[in-house]
Amino acid sequence: MFKHVIGNIAYGFADLKELLAKASPLRSGDQLAGLAADTYEENVAAKLALADVPLKRFLEEPVVPYEQDEISRLIIDEHDQQAFAAISSFTVGQFRNWLLSDLSDVQSLIQMRAGLTPEMLAAVSKLMRNQDLIYVASKCHVVTKFRNTIGLAGHFSARLQPNHPTDDIKGIAASILDGLMYGVGDAVIGINPATDHIQQNLRLWQLMDEFREKLSIPTQTCVLSHVTSTLKVIEKGGPVDLIFQSIAGTEQANQSFGINLSVLKEAYQAGLSLHRGTMGTNFMYFETGQGSALSAQAHHGVDQQTLEARAYAVARHFKPLLVNSVVGFIGPEYLFDGKQITRAGLEDHFCGKLMGLPMGVDVCYTNHAEADQDDMDNLLTLLATAGCTFVMGVPGADDIMLNYQSTSFHDIAYVRNLLNLKPAPEFGSWLQSMGIHDAQHQLRDGSFQKLLIRPL
Amino acid sequence: MSEQNQDNISQNPWGFLKEFTDARIALGRVGHGFPTQQLLAFSLAHAQARDAVHAALNVDALLSDLNLLDQEGLHLTSQAIDRDQYLKRPDLGRKLSLESLQILQNRTLEPVQVSLVIADGLSAKAIETNVFPVLKVLLPMLENGGISLAPITVATQARVALADEIGFALKATLSVIFIGERPGLSSPDSMGIYLTYRPHSQNTDERRNCISNVRPRGLHWDLAAHKLFYLITQSLALEISGVGLKDEFDASHLLSSSQKGSSVA
Repeated sequence: MFKHVIGNIAYGFADLKELLAKASPLRSGDQLAGLAADTYEENVAAKLALADVPLKRFLEEPVVPYEQDEISRLIIDEHDQQAFAAISSFTVGQFRNWLLSDLSDVQSLIQMRAGLTPEMLAAVSKLMRNQDLIYVASKCHVVTKFRNTIGLAGHFSARLQPNHPTDDIKGIAASILDGLMYGVGDAVIGINPATDHIQQNLRLWQLMDEFREKLSIPTQTCVLSHVTSTLKVIEKGGPVDLIFQSIAGTEQANQSFGINLSVLKEAYQAGLSLHRGTMGTNFMYFETGQGSALSAQAHHGVDQQTLEARAYAVARHFKPLLVNSVVGFIGPEYLFDGKQITRAGLEDHFCGKLMGLPMGVDVCYTNHAEADQDDMDNLLTLLATAGCTFVMGVPGADDIMLNYQSTSFHDIAYVRNLLNLKPAPEFGSWLQSMGIHDAQHQLRDGSFQKLLIRPL
Repeated sequence: MSEQNQDNISQNPWGFLKEFTDARIALGRVGHGFPTQQLLAFSLAHAQARDAVHAALNVDALLSDLNLLDQEGLHLTSQAIDRDQYLKRPDLGRKLSLESLQILQNRTLEPVQVSLVIADGLSAKAIETNVFPVLKVLLPMLENGGISLAPITVATQARVALADEIGFALKATLSVIFIGERPGLSSPDSMGIYLTYRPHSQNTDERRNCISNVRPRGLHWDLAAHKLFYLITQSLALEISGVGLKDEFDASHLLSSSQKGSSVA
């Protein structure tokens, strides 16, 4: 039982998960689940109570019982007491103070990663303002490698997302060419396929691989199908670079995605056998998003942001090249408007980075959410200042297959130029060699004909 | 990558690739931004998609259209009282209002094979554009096949699962719902069709079959109607729906089953 008295009202919170939920900045998903604070005052009372909770408490009281959930077991079993020692005496409120102070720097944040649990980070994030989330995340650098180097300070990468409603190869190729000409694609060239058809997906892998090889593009490709389908493509000898899967923060929610930790371990082992990375061995790619557990009716009474952070514990186990929250995709019943989407995007990036993930964000919204391009401009710019690893690049911001709006190729050029951020170095050199970027990484009049090779 | 002109737009000379995709490629740029015309074209498409979400379904027009097809139509409502609540509370959109439940309970009904539900979902425009042309092809096929039909219902502020409660109340073996899908920027008028065998309120999504992207520039009306008729007859014959009912109808590649999923449910 946690308590906080304000005036003549004693606010009580039965357990840690109720305290976390009531302390969460307001969002529609927690309201839908019946977990949100009833009043503004109760919300702040919960934050005041949460500020006094020792970080150790999160190790003693998993928000989803240890016996019932393999992700709780993963979090507790992998917790590193030595890394935790430096902050083990802190309360959540003291932890926030320390994170914002000059005492926490790049090195100390790296050293404590293995001592931080998702719940500790979710808790501290609930006490933070947006500028806190931005500033502390900007102190973290997470570098990963496959065919290039992602996440270096002063760099900003992007996934080229060339989706097509019927997976038409010429349509996909046209979007890839457009994206490359805008300097996009260093994180990955990644297609969301329209179907889970193995042969068709194998063909997409093969065509992208041929294209990448012929142009010697220092990047990686991915068909974002279900991990079990990707395993079948690997069995058929398909040229699989990154192994993709959507993940969530409870065992039950992952079951609804048709996966569990052992399926992911099998995929990871299969990936290890491929040896396709030339710079490094990070080859997993995960997507997440607040609300997915509630959507699967698998939330265990835990707020959606805490569960989102728990998904990062799953991701961390597999040393991914890329992780991104698809923050605004899920719809207004989970994140109602631009304000809620913005807050969630900054929280997700903060929690992921502090856990040591190469965290990107799909800065996006659907047409039934109260949001528009102005909200996306704001979130994109904020995330870039926070040191976000990558975002999506979609032609004209309009994904004609998934029917939502993300960030455009133009947006990526805008934010790189505004904040003087460069693409991944190997990819940046390639862009210069193709005449797409000049020496200062500005877009220039490169010759697109160089890209017009088969299978285009 | 470009040729400057008097508008200071750097044009992208690969515009010929637009023939292969509806994606917004070769937009050109001003600095790093969209040229004004491209910016406003995007704004217009977003405005149309937003309007599609918030537009009310013209129920009266739809009911008289149904009369033209010699069908009786019943207007039902979910428990979501307005669009704002509908968007925030998908659970309410899956339940019939008390008044609507009474309308169904007050009728003495013989069991039937199929209940057809027409629902606004997230795009009334999708229904107004697509449902009548599909029904015109589908209804004669059902009649020729000797398949018995419940009165067609028109449900507003409705989610997919509302068809379960309606189908159950109408004593239908199979429930079919035509529903406006979440509007895309390039497709504010896309309709989805979901089938559920033995509808009841505990049905889950893996028990459903789906035909999506029914619209003039997507899956065509004739094809959608034939595909639906195929699934209806297969479902009734095999007494199942969902993952167990394999879609072996030709042109199956037009069906989408993306990882990111639909959000009308």
